[in-house]
Amino acid sequence: MAKVLLEMKNITKTFPGVKALDNVNLKVEEGEIHALVGENGAGKSTLMNVLSGVYPFGTYEGDIIYDGEVCQFQTIKDSEKKGIVIIHQELALVPQMTIGENMFLGNERGKKNAINWNETYSEADKYLKMVGLSESSRVLIKDIGTGKQQLVEIAKALAKQAKLLILDEPTSSLNETDSKALLDLMLEFKKQGMTMIIITHKLNEVVYVADKITVVRDGSTIETMDKHTTEIDEARIIKGMVGREITDRFPKRHDVVIGDVNLEVKDWTVHHPLYTERKVVDNVSMNVKKGEVVGIYGLMGAGRTELSMSIFGRSYGSDITGTLTINGKQVDLKNPREAIDAKLAYVTEDRKGNGLVLSNSIKVNTSLANMSGVSSKSVIDVDKEYQVAVEYKDKLKTKTPTVEQNVGNLSGGNQQKVLLAKWMFTDPDVLILDEPTRGIDVGAKYEIYCIINDLVSAGKSVIMISSELPEVIGMSDRIYIMNEGKFVGEMKAEDATQENIMACILKSGRGE
Amino acid sequence: MKINAEFFKKNAMLMVLVLVYIFFTVTTGGQMFQPLNFNALITQNAYVYILATGMLMCMLTGGNIDLSCGSFVCFMGAVGGILMVVKGVNSGVAVALMMVVGIVYGCVLGYLIAYMNIPPWIATLAGYLAFRGWGTALLSANSTTGSIAPFPDSFLKLFSGKVFSTPITKFNYVCFIVGIIASLIVAFVNVRSRANKIKKGYEAESVVSLVVKTVLSIAAIMLFAYKLAKAGGIPTVLVWVVVVVLIYNFITSKTVFGRYFYTIGGNREATRLSGVDTNKIMFFAYLNMAVLTVITSYLVIARFQAANSTAGTNYEMDAIAGCVVGGVSAYGGSGTIFGMVIGATLIGVINLGMSLMGVDANWQKVVKGVVLLGAVVFDILANKDKKLS
Repeated sequence: MAKVLLEMKNITKTFPGVKALDNVNLKVEEGEIHALVGENGAGKSTLMNVLSGVYPFGTYEGDIIYDGEVCQFQTIKDSEKKGIVIIHQELALVPQMTIGENMFLGNERGKKNAINWNETYSEADKYLKMVGLSESSRVLIKDIGTGKQQLVEIAKALAKQAKLLILDEPTSSLNETDSKALLDLMLEFKKQGMTMIIITHKLNEVVYVADKITVVRDGSTIETMDKHTTEIDEARIIKGMVGREITDRFPKRHDVVIGDVNLEVKDWTVHHPLYTERKVVDNVSMNVKKGEVVGIYGLMGAGRTELSMSIFGRSYGSDITGTLTINGKQVDLKNPREAIDAKLAYVTEDRKGNGLVLSNSIKVNTSLANMSGVSSKSVIDVDKEYQVAVEYKDKLKTKTPTVEQNVGNLSGGNQQKVLLAKWMFTDPDVLILDEPTRGIDVGAKYEIYCIINDLVSAGKSVIMISSELPEVIGMSDRIYIMNEGKFVGEMKAEDATQENIMACILKSGRGE
Repeated sequence: MKINAEFFKKNAMLMVLVLVYIFFTVTTGGQMFQPLNFNALITQNAYVYILATGMLMCMLTGGNIDLSCGSFVCFMGAVGGILMVVKGVNSGVAVALMMVVGIVYGCVLGYLIAYMNIPPWIATLAGYLAFRGWGTALLSANSTTGSIAPFPDSFLKLFSGKVFSTPITKFNYVCFIVGIIASLIVAFVNVRSRANKIKKGYEAESVVSLVVKTVLSIAAIMLFAYKLAKAGGIPTVLVWVVVVVLIYNFITSKTVFGRYFYTIGGNREATRLSGVDTNKIMFFAYLNMAVLTVITSYLVIARFQAANSTAGTNYEMDAIAGCVVGGVSAYGGSGTIFGMVIGATLIGVINLGMSLMGVDANWQKVVKGVVLLGAVVFDILANKDKKLS
């Protein structure tokens, strides 16, 4: 049996209000490729951040034993010194700098205060060759494609004398050929004795490269499968990923009558705002009826958020084509204001980034999208605004001493409720909820589900985007499955199982 | 105890202001407390209040500033001088024409910043350089001394001097009565606001807090009214400053338009997705700044009774400093007109006090720099505490 290079023992990491990791154990042997799989938010990236010192020692519980000694990393530098190098999902390269400059950024060649450029570029060329790139290291990063940029990231890691290489979703932005090349490169490194951990959603890749597979679910490690002792296929991995009971985690809906079509999208195509030749949403058609919850399932990067934001007053994308019909009338919504006036609401997945004004109070956030509802002739009716905020606070059971509280001080679940309150106050007919339960605890999730049920009981339509399979199946009347910008399946909730939804995605991924 | 701590934090700058004032009164042997210096405090700093009001609106949108306003004051002085003194245009018409020029500049600046996404400090740096040069060039082309004077009396009367002026030897009763009326209004507004809150069952301040607040405000107002009455009456600029401050206090705290400035500074993308035309708000922030700069230029011309090439030097910095000391966030999203007034007054008091003490002008700048930095550090530390508790 090979030597154990890394062992993570009983790792527990808590964020305010959420337990992200709960007693996680991970063992990686020298010279193997170890895959970490699990749904979004299962805790894979958090675990790797603990390992690489992004979350310093002391902010988590448990031990990291690397190369036979207990490690207490305070910064990323500490872990890199030991040869643990992480390559993040988002490329961390400076586009305006050369490959060579990027490769030794923070790790410069030469004397203490003088960079030796000749050494920099000759070393860089050496590492580029190792990853199979023929470019000169004097080329600017912005002038090479994403596939090659990913390889530069790997070369950069090699230049840091990596012994344990962690790749977080390395192929998420790559096309088929580039992905294959990257995976083959990994296998090549393995032959040379490198140890690697790969995090990925693409199960065919896992089966292709991994020696061992550890499944992470709800912040815990569920099981580790060894390719050499057990037969592993995609179905087996899926079972591990999603294998939990769906009992009464979802409140029942009673007496909801599903009515006419409320919103309909036809042949909807959206291009990337910067790389305008890239299609982010490709010829999508969908509809949602009154009183209906429609789920859109897809993995991160499938184009779900882009689809909904482009519908919501073209707030994302360029060169949008297709027709949008609301309540039987074809409309052209040019900005978020027009979308709100057309009784559409988009509840973002990124409540801190583009949902809430954290430095303002619950009151201010609640009324923000419908100021005309609390003012007359543009003068704010302070009393009315206060009453509205209190009304929604009570209705949604937001836990806060007063509505004057700054939203930044609330927990994730309560912030989500404020965000919902804001959009409910615009009195929409169709609500698009983008990952409405991301990063909030189970109790708050249940309350959000109840709110969704109340909304459809009142005859509104809900489009719920989620990457949590049980949630999509438990809450939706109908489910669309999205992958790589396309809708690859549609099924009724009663026909949907976790396995056949995953199968839809896998099938489309292989181009069948 | 907790309420006291919060009360202290909220009014810290006000208390610092009072302490600093007492300090200078003692060190100058009571000079600081004389009627003439009350008058000087207002006339010397009027420009800061008005420019800082505009700067506040810009800073709210995300820590954006306007570097060009000082130079634009100089340029507007040259324009006003040419119109009124060289061409002999009627002062009312000249005032209106100057405003038109300001609005045109504001629109251009607003367009560049809001719709072409040019970073504000770069767009206004261009104005900072260009208007100083342009203004000076106009002045030297139209006079041999580089300054244009004398301005017509009708203009000066509108923007300088005293309202119902009396000789300094006599007590100005009009001024004192205005003080009494203002005190009554403050008392009435305070009491009514609390009564309203109680009637509707909202959280209301305690009676003690209400009485203390009201008594202190009235004491401050009456002190000013008494001192100014002995200094010949209400300075005309005070009327302008009070009008501007009250209007903008209303806009920032009570209108939808004002609310958007805060939410854009807090989270621009969230505000945009809430259906607000964020570009339009940015546009108006800079248009508004230009309009207030023109008003400032009226006051500055009238105070010096001439248009000079040095007019408005460093005014933009004074306005920014007033805002920052007054607790306006340098990152945007928070700050009040009341805070800005306290901050600008504090800087004015320090200026005046140090001048009266005969402190060297260079050292005055050092002190101001330290005060500015201290205010920001204090602000950050105070906010850190809040998050921990």
